[in-house]
Amino acid sequence: MFRTALRNVLAHKARLLMTVLAVLLGVAFVSGTLVFTDTISKAYQKSSEKGFDTVDVAVRPHDKNDDATPGDPPRLSQRLLDRVSAVPGAGTVTGTVAGYTAVADKDGDLLGNGFSSTGGNYYPAKNGKDPRYDLGSGRAPVTAAEVALDSRTADRGDYRVGDTVRLSTDGPVRQKKVVGIFTTDDGNVAAGGTLTLFDNATAQKLFTGSGQYDQIDIRAAAGTSQATLKAGVDKLLPARAEAVTGKKLADDQAKDIKAGMSGLQTGLLVFAGIALFVSIFIIANTFTMLVAQRTRELALMRAVGASRRQVTRSVLIEATVVGSVAAVTGLLAGIGLGAALRSLLGVTGSTVPDGPLIVSSTTVLAALVVGVVVTVLAAWLPGRRAAKIPPIAAMSSVHTAPSGRGLVVRNTIGAILAGGGVALVLAGTGMSSGDAKAPMGLGAGALVIGVFVLTPLLSRPMIAASAPVLRVFGIAGKLARQNAVRNPRRTAATASALMIGLTLITGLTVIAGSVQKSIDEMAAGSLRSDYVVSLGAIGATGLSPDVEKTLKRTDGVTATSTQRTSPALVDGDTTALTGVDGDTIGQMISVDFSSGSLSEVTGNNIVVDDDTAQDNNWHAGSKVPVTFEDGARKQFTVAGVYEGNSLLDGIVIDSAVLSAHMADVTDNKVMVKTEDGPNQATKDALQKALGDNPAINVQDKKDISNDIAKAITLLLNMLYGLLAMAVIVAVLGVINTLAMSVFERSREIGMLRAIGLDRKGIKRMVRLESLVISLFGAVLGLCLGAFFGWAAGELIAPSLPTYELVMPWGRLGLFLVLAAGVGMLAAVWPARRASKLNMLAAIKSE
Amino acid sequence: MTAFPSGAPTATRPAVAAARATDLTKVYGQGETQVVALDSVSVEFRQAEFTAIMGPSGSGKSTLMHCMAGLDAISGGSARIGDVEVSSLKDKKLTQLRRDKIGFIFQAFNLLPTLTALENITLPMDIAGRKPNKEWVDMVVETVGLSGRLKHRPNQLSGGQQQRVAVARALAGKPEIMFADEPTGNLDSRSGAEVLGFLRNSVQQLGQTVVMVTHDPVAATHAGRVIFLADGRIVDELYDPTAGSVLDRMKRFDAKGRTS
Repeated sequence: MFRTALRNVLAHKARLLMTVLAVLLGVAFVSGTLVFTDTISKAYQKSSEKGFDTVDVAVRPHDKNDDATPGDPPRLSQRLLDRVSAVPGAGTVTGTVAGYTAVADKDGDLLGNGFSSTGGNYYPAKNGKDPRYDLGSGRAPVTAAEVALDSRTADRGDYRVGDTVRLSTDGPVRQKKVVGIFTTDDGNVAAGGTLTLFDNATAQKLFTGSGQYDQIDIRAAAGTSQATLKAGVDKLLPARAEAVTGKKLADDQAKDIKAGMSGLQTGLLVFAGIALFVSIFIIANTFTMLVAQRTRELALMRAVGASRRQVTRSVLIEATVVGSVAAVTGLLAGIGLGAALRSLLGVTGSTVPDGPLIVSSTTVLAALVVGVVVTVLAAWLPGRRAAKIPPIAAMSSVHTAPSGRGLVVRNTIGAILAGGGVALVLAGTGMSSGDAKAPMGLGAGALVIGVFVLTPLLSRPMIAASAPVLRVFGIAGKLARQNAVRNPRRTAATASALMIGLTLITGLTVIAGSVQKSIDEMAAGSLRSDYVVSLGAIGATGLSPDVEKTLKRTDGVTATSTQRTSPALVDGDTTALTGVDGDTIGQMISVDFSSGSLSEVTGNNIVVDDDTAQDNNWHAGSKVPVTFEDGARKQFTVAGVYEGNSLLDGIVIDSAVLSAHMADVTDNKVMVKTEDGPNQATKDALQKALGDNPAINVQDKKDISNDIAKAITLLLNMLYGLLAMAVIVAVLGVINTLAMSVFERSREIGMLRAIGLDRKGIKRMVRLESLVISLFGAVLGLCLGAFFGWAAGELIAPSLPTYELVMPWGRLGLFLVLAAGVGMLAAVWPARRASKLNMLAAIKSE
Repeated sequence: MTAFPSGAPTATRPAVAAARATDLTKVYGQGETQVVALDSVSVEFRQAEFTAIMGPSGSGKSTLMHCMAGLDAISGGSARIGDVEVSSLKDKKLTQLRRDKIGFIFQAFNLLPTLTALENITLPMDIAGRKPNKEWVDMVVETVGLSGRLKHRPNQLSGGQQQRVAVARALAGKPEIMFADEPTGNLDSRSGAEVLGFLRNSVQQLGQTVVMVTHDPVAATHAGRVIFLADGRIVDELYDPTAGSVLDRMKRFDAKGRTS
């Protein structure tokens, strides 16, 4: 039996290829996803790995869950460092300082794509060297005018010792001399971030304030354990600080990374699952066709004495062989795919860390299991069907026509599922977003499966509807339409595979388009200023107030207004106060007031948004006691209540009053009004005034919209890429179905050729059939996707006040065109085969 | 009747040739596996004549028909439909020739199951994108007795009815010549006789030209002329055959097969 099965596999190479491809793609997708996720999570893990080898105990600021004082716990003082150094068992002690530092390349552009632009201190130990860094050339920075760069950054920017580099930490551009180039095991740098080192005093001045540190790392002297050292350090700690062992740091970090990656991994696996789901259909469909194609052969085996079980087994053995081959090749393809996805991310300019490609044993195992098990499972039903072929079928010449029976039961089940699904989704849209998740998800699943089950029923009317269009193509169109519904189950299975991919693609497009529009509306809708100036990159903190001063002096600028925030205690709760210039802010942001106005924000007057007012039962004239970051207390009067939006909400206070109590006075952003309004010349002038600064973004309304669009487009493109896999698998399904149809109808095709349909006509007939099937699946998918997009929007709407459904008609049209293209592409080979068919052989074949 | 040892019998009847083969040769395979299916066959099929081609299995009777009808390429000589040299045509022109000038009837009916009887009948015109001549089609349908069944699909028709649809399809385009390949092979004798009757009527009443390959001596008696093929050559010819004369001639093949 095994030999027969094996011979079968080898005897039909084209057929084998199609099946293998279907399984292969499914496996490739799953393993590709796993490889990609592993690679990315490993890279992220590396990027956040600080060499903990050199740290036995770390001291860091820590809040012990009391709300006595607002704001972050204070940084660590030099005094603490000195005392900690004296603890018995303490070896080398390093105070660390870190902050945002953007480095420009020689053209003035930001180096390192903004993934991670950090700066730090070079803290020489007793031997004069900082154990964290290894200076390959030059020396450590010692004055405020000197810096050291990590070697990768130096390479990328083509900087050498002695060059001058332009950089910025909080806005103004600083020119520094590169005195050293170093290497480090800092994960951020390994992952492609930039690291600039200043001498300790300068770093403190820039990032933490003089004599203060972000963290103190202590190395244990030989023979002292981490626990002992920690116990010693603990005694010296001030209230708002803690000591942690190096081991715990490493453990915590591993945990954090795992938690951070699990979301991404789940998301990607969902897509892998979808591709696999589609693959199962294609594989099952393929095996069903293989069995149908071999009816006579299998019946002959039954006739000469093979038992049902033996027939089933021969099909399953065939599936196992195909599955194993496909799994192995699929795994290899998947590794390639993972690498491709990784580099695709790089090409699109997204900020992900670098790292080697990771192929874990789980990936290998998953690929093999998925390939073999899925194929065998998918072949099991057709295998059983094969066993039921009566021996007499060997003698009859006609291919058994598909029966219409069984569709009644099928349609009933489908209708119940689809109806229930719609009802659940509709019910879900009426609930709060938390409660709605379960019914929505369940409903969506039921609806998709319901439509899936119903596709044979739907195929007739929907494909009949294409008749007027197909009439243009004459007899070929007519035959194509009729052929497409000749085997409704097969057509349905083929179209469904495409449907699933397009449902997801459409749903995501609808949601993404709507969300983008609403975020855009939120971010820029109430913006009146011509420009918003802010620090652009990830990890950036506040803008130096100097930036506003510079902008104010710039020609053409008519008004500026800053926005700065500081934590404070109000009525016992920590909340952020927003400081604005009452005189000018009204020109920059449009806000609706139910009482009062923005211009009343001066001195002891504040305005609050409606939600805050309601929560605290405030109204115009209410007295509000505030404890500032520095501990000072003051009483304010509510002068107005406004409707909060994304640009302004919460408690708004005079920025001059707020600044007096802030630890570091920095701006979140500066809004600028100019004489001529937004245009390139003004923008250039502003940028020039700020010293063509790599760290600072000068954006008008359109830039802000584009930024949002870019982020969403990137995400959407990634999802498109992932879903493209599902579509490719579906295309294989179309090819398979068409090849089977051509095979089954070879006699008809031969006859058509004999009585005068030329090759072109035959090709056109097959192509149009493919087109009809593809578009059928696409239309179903578009409808379902749009419905899900709408339903999901109903869930999003409450949390996004500006949300409104945007139907991306252009995109949807494009998908339809793409589906048509897919249909044409899938038909190329079957159509050629059909047109090359030997007429005589076809007519004679029994 | 005289048996010609080789070559073609000379046509003596004064009629125009609807199709003509001259030294038609067809060779399959190459080298040692080479098989000569047609060995320099010359024959004429005259207009308004019903010719049957007979011969033992492997005699080349089907091959002759396929080559004449442009279904198979020839290896040498010439095959003409009217004035057109079939072997000189490229696929596209050849397809048009088959569509416009030739009617086909196959043993296995070969109807499209998705089309109704009427749609099957007008299929060649639909392919050509021409409007069928309604009067002619009506008459053809009337002649083959399908008037009440035009809306039926092939699987709702009996074998005899299906073959009548196929006959109507071949006739509907007013072809210059009709080729029938064992048209009664899948039919019971009564349905077979009906179909043969229609073919004969189409020759006698409509002036059609019919060439039929058959191995059934009774079927051959419907024809006005029978050509006998053996080993790729025309070996004999009968006019106004009877079942007896055809059978006698066929028996001589068997005898020859046994003695040689």
